[in-house]
Amino acid sequence: MSSKRIGVFVCHCGMNIAGSVDCDAVTEYAKTLPGVVAAVANRYTCSDPGQVEIKKAIAEHNLERVVVASCTPRLHEPTFRKAVEEAGLNPYLLEMANIREHCSWVHLHDKKGATEKAKDLVKMSVARAAGLEEQDETVVPVTAKALVIGAGVAGIQASLDLAENGYQVYLVEKEPSIGGIMAQIDKTYPTMDCSI
Amino acid sequence: MTDVGRHPKVELLAYSEVTKVTGYVGNFKVTVHRKARFVDEKECTACGDCVEVCPVTRPNEFEMGLATRKAIYSPFPQAIPPAYVLNAEDCLGHMPLACEKCSQACEKECINYDQEDEDVELEVGVIIVATGMKVFDPTVLTEYGYTKYPNVITSMEFERLINAGGPTGGELVRLDNRELPKKVAFLQCIGSRSEKKGQPYCSNVCCMNSVKDTILIKEHWPEIDVGVYYIDIRAFGKGFEDLYKRSKSHGVRYMRGLPGEIRMNEDGMLDLYVENVETGKTEKHSYDMVVLSVGLEPPDKLDEMRQMLNLSKTADGFLLEAHPKLEPVDAPTRGIYFAGCSEAPKDIKDSVTQASGAVARAGSLMCKGEITVEAITSRIIDEKCKMCGICAKVCPYNAIQFDKASKQPPKVIEAACAGCGCCGAECPFDAIVMRHFTDEQIISQIDAMLEENPMDKVVVFACNWCSYAGADFAGVSRLQQPASPRLIRTMCSARVSTKFILHAFKKGAPVVLVSGCHFGDCHYIDANHWTKKRVDKLRDQLVKLGIRGERLPLYWISAAEGQRFQKVMEEMEELRKTVTVEEVEETKRILADQEAKKKAKKKKAKKPDKEAKAATD
Repeated sequence: MSSKRIGVFVCHCGMNIAGSVDCDAVTEYAKTLPGVVAAVANRYTCSDPGQVEIKKAIAEHNLERVVVASCTPRLHEPTFRKAVEEAGLNPYLLEMANIREHCSWVHLHDKKGATEKAKDLVKMSVARAAGLEEQDETVVPVTAKALVIGAGVAGIQASLDLAENGYQVYLVEKEPSIGGIMAQIDKTYPTMDCSI
Repeated sequence: MTDVGRHPKVELLAYSEVTKVTGYVGNFKVTVHRKARFVDEKECTACGDCVEVCPVTRPNEFEMGLATRKAIYSPFPQAIPPAYVLNAEDCLGHMPLACEKCSQACEKECINYDQEDEDVELEVGVIIVATGMKVFDPTVLTEYGYTKYPNVITSMEFERLINAGGPTGGELVRLDNRELPKKVAFLQCIGSRSEKKGQPYCSNVCCMNSVKDTILIKEHWPEIDVGVYYIDIRAFGKGFEDLYKRSKSHGVRYMRGLPGEIRMNEDGMLDLYVENVETGKTEKHSYDMVVLSVGLEPPDKLDEMRQMLNLSKTADGFLLEAHPKLEPVDAPTRGIYFAGCSEAPKDIKDSVTQASGAVARAGSLMCKGEITVEAITSRIIDEKCKMCGICAKVCPYNAIQFDKASKQPPKVIEAACAGCGCCGAECPFDAIVMRHFTDEQIISQIDAMLEENPMDKVVVFACNWCSYAGADFAGVSRLQQPASPRLIRTMCSARVSTKFILHAFKKGAPVVLVSGCHFGDCHYIDANHWTKKRVDKLRDQLVKLGIRGERLPLYWISAAEGQRFQKVMEEMEELRKTVTVEEVEETKRILADQEAKKKAKKKKAKKPDKEAKAATD
């Protein structure tokens, strides 16, 4: 059994999740999971009120781990990491359960199956969250130089913009001259002016 | 173009190709192969004396073969750098010298036959990929007779014919008799929107390009009869509809429906056989010039570039962005951005817009001077390490330093570690901790998933960059799937250790799927080769123990393959249904026996040690 105090936030995402997942049932189920001391359903967890709720709950319940059951972590993990960090938690103590892309959206006509799956995904996230540890990110220096591959109209524009911003640019072109296909075109639409 | 040549902050490396990229965001190391130009770029004044004496004649690529050039040449009059170039393959021979006429003619002595290719090493923080596209070659569409009939030309050839700087000085001529054509037809969607030959997508620029071309003809020669054959005219951008109307007001005829065939008759006219969509009857329309409005394709060697940069592609072959709406100029690999057609076919305005967008994104990364890297690197627990060196061997980044002779445990160079987790999965002694993706964390997910009704579930390990993203893409596309699979995300499929798989089977999983990026697409160079090796080996072991190997499938699913993900999930569900409770119980029994045997063996092996120790004590 976990000794960590975990908060679970189940997102409706409007009807995106709530349309095919019984979010209330998932929230109630979350409350029964080991370590969970608070479980709340939100209409949009990523919205400001949703994030405020997470921060409030962290303070109120002295949460040590946060699970957000919403969309893919590839979309909003940075959002929620920032939110928990602002509430004083290490951002790596956040865990997400993807109950939208991997669940509600792909089981639109199977509410029972989707709800059962969402419960499992939350359960898995809660289990993982209990074992999460604080992490410190490494700071890496950035070389303020850019490589642009290809000197057609896009590469030329990018190089000039970068150079005007003060960055050193290496512009690599495989042909003997820059210009690309644009240079071969006579007039260009919609203004009918010359390409070169 | 000239601005680039002049800007003090831009170093132009023309006639060069990127051959190797290593490193990571903020700290890329790039090797650029510079081909020998044989002409001193700084000294050459582009006087043209060398060209006059060169005896070699070759088709001029810039003029689409409608003119010739010499072996030493300038691609076009406004070329940047303006220096001439000697094409070594075309030259009669510079090694040993066969002709030497050009260098004799060059007063400034800027031709150097001894120049050699060289490799240049660069260090950069960001990379902008602006590799462009290539134009569809319509030769494969035999029904239109391109290359068979001289007056069937492509839109690119038309551009050169109508260009005042082109081979005809801007005079539009039939290629067979050099006379002004009386009737010109444009055929749209050549190589685009086709399921058979060419590409299935819309190439974005061809409709408006033809609209523009019809106006160019009509403004120069109003007497020429111009017809455009199309599927749909896509004039969706700012000012586009106006231009389309302008073309129509010039008397250009627009007809829906593409000709099925072009045939040349005895008079040298081109007969187009086309269905009149209003009457449903096939008609014959005659022209003396036909312009094939060709589509855009990914350029040659884009795949090579993609693999070098660890990027993915979409189904159309162009590069995959980090997010189609919210990060349209970012590559999934941090520090790499897209500009122009490398990401998808687009016109000049969109290419320029995207280039500026990419620069803004790149600038926001560079301006801080430093960035934070996700804390998902590996750590070695020295006390557990038996110094076998496997971790150093499997690391795709050479981020683990190990010298067996030193009798010291290996060390992880944190800045070089990308966090794939392959070392953690391969370590036989549990001596490696993958931060944020620890063994315990992953095992706890498996336990939670299979605690209740394991028979109803399929355990899916999915790598963050491809398979998990492919599942996301299936979700965004609302591709309906069976509800049995549950995904466990790891950064790379190479993180999935045999321990996790066996644990899932012990807990009653009917099916365990391991999924990752396709070979060549792995975001951790080639870590997924270890995934395959490991999973194949484990499957063989399971089969030997009497467990069905099919229950441990391995699939490669890319971030763009939402449909493939859906199909694989359907397949997994069918597979799950074939597994019986008895079979799962049998598996559990076999694995428990196996574990007991191993433990007994270990004990036996340890005992003599202890006895020996006791004796010495």
